[in-house]
Amino acid sequence: MEIKILKNILSVNDQVAGKNQMLLKQHKIFTMNIMASPGAGKTSTVLQTIKALKGIKVGVIEGDISSTIDAETVASAGVPVVQINTGGECHLDANMIQNALVNLPLEEIDVLMIENVGNLVCPAGFELGESLKVLIASVPEGDDKPYKYPGMFTAVDVIILNKIDLLPYVKFNPEAFNKAVKGINSKAEIFPISCTTGEGVYDWAKWLKKQIKKQ
Amino acid sequence: MHELAITQSLFEIVLQHATQAQAKKVKSVRLVIGEMTGVVADSVQFYLELLSKDTVAAGIRAEIKMSPARAQCKKCGKDFTAKEMQWQCPACGNEKLEVTGGKELFVESIEVE
Repeated sequence: MEIKILKNILSVNDQVAGKNQMLLKQHKIFTMNIMASPGAGKTSTVLQTIKALKGIKVGVIEGDISSTIDAETVASAGVPVVQINTGGECHLDANMIQNALVNLPLEEIDVLMIENVGNLVCPAGFELGESLKVLIASVPEGDDKPYKYPGMFTAVDVIILNKIDLLPYVKFNPEAFNKAVKGINSKAEIFPISCTTGEGVYDWAKWLKKQIKKQ
Repeated sequence: MHELAITQSLFEIVLQHATQAQAKKVKSVRLVIGEMTGVVADSVQFYLELLSKDTVAAGIRAEIKMSPARAQCKKCGKDFTAKEMQWQCPACGNEKLEVTGGKELFVESIEVE
């Protein structure tokens, strides 16, 4: 006997994500799910963004397969941090975030930055309860990545292109990159930045503040 | 690596519906997986075998329909399959597209006794 089901496989995750979103909204917290490949500069961008959002209270959830290196780096910026070690899982899911939220002082946070596990495939499918999906791409990865990881590049609201200070040394065509992104995700904003020189961070933070106010 | 998490989720759905139907055995499950999800069909089958041991679904077979990446051209409106993820309209060459398929991830049905 055949039983029709037609149910989204990740529906359980999506339900928990919905609960997270409700809790975060109750506390008027603007939440970012920050995704990128390993080494694109997620932690550096988080630190630069915290600095640029001066006056706004930030909390951070650090997702890594193992280690607390990133959490320690971020904690040194003086913001509350919770580390999630996924123990092998290549992405964060809504349940991990639900558990992490218990350990954060939600009353004292306006913006929550969730640094996902470095990976351009798996994190794209798992809703966490965020207000904004952010992808950090970086110049050394090459300008063809939107075509190679369309699942990720079409899932996000905004793309930060990091390490633009390396443009003179690396074969990377910013126009080709922009064209590729806009071709498959016309709504995505793109902000070229350098965490090393600070270039572009102001424009990114300005746009971000606008989104935070909107919520 | 995310096949384990995904297979666990889908297996819960399978067991839930099998229990509801008071099934004695679950023979197979039909899945639709979008090409862009990066989910590897062989891994899903592998994890299903592990997870189903000693359950009503022991030995369950996964029938997986891979759903290709699809897009619609924003200029000429042509609907097409982005073969090997070539993101360009085959009719007019335009690269401004609306992605319309390839992210599916759902349980279609199960076959039970």
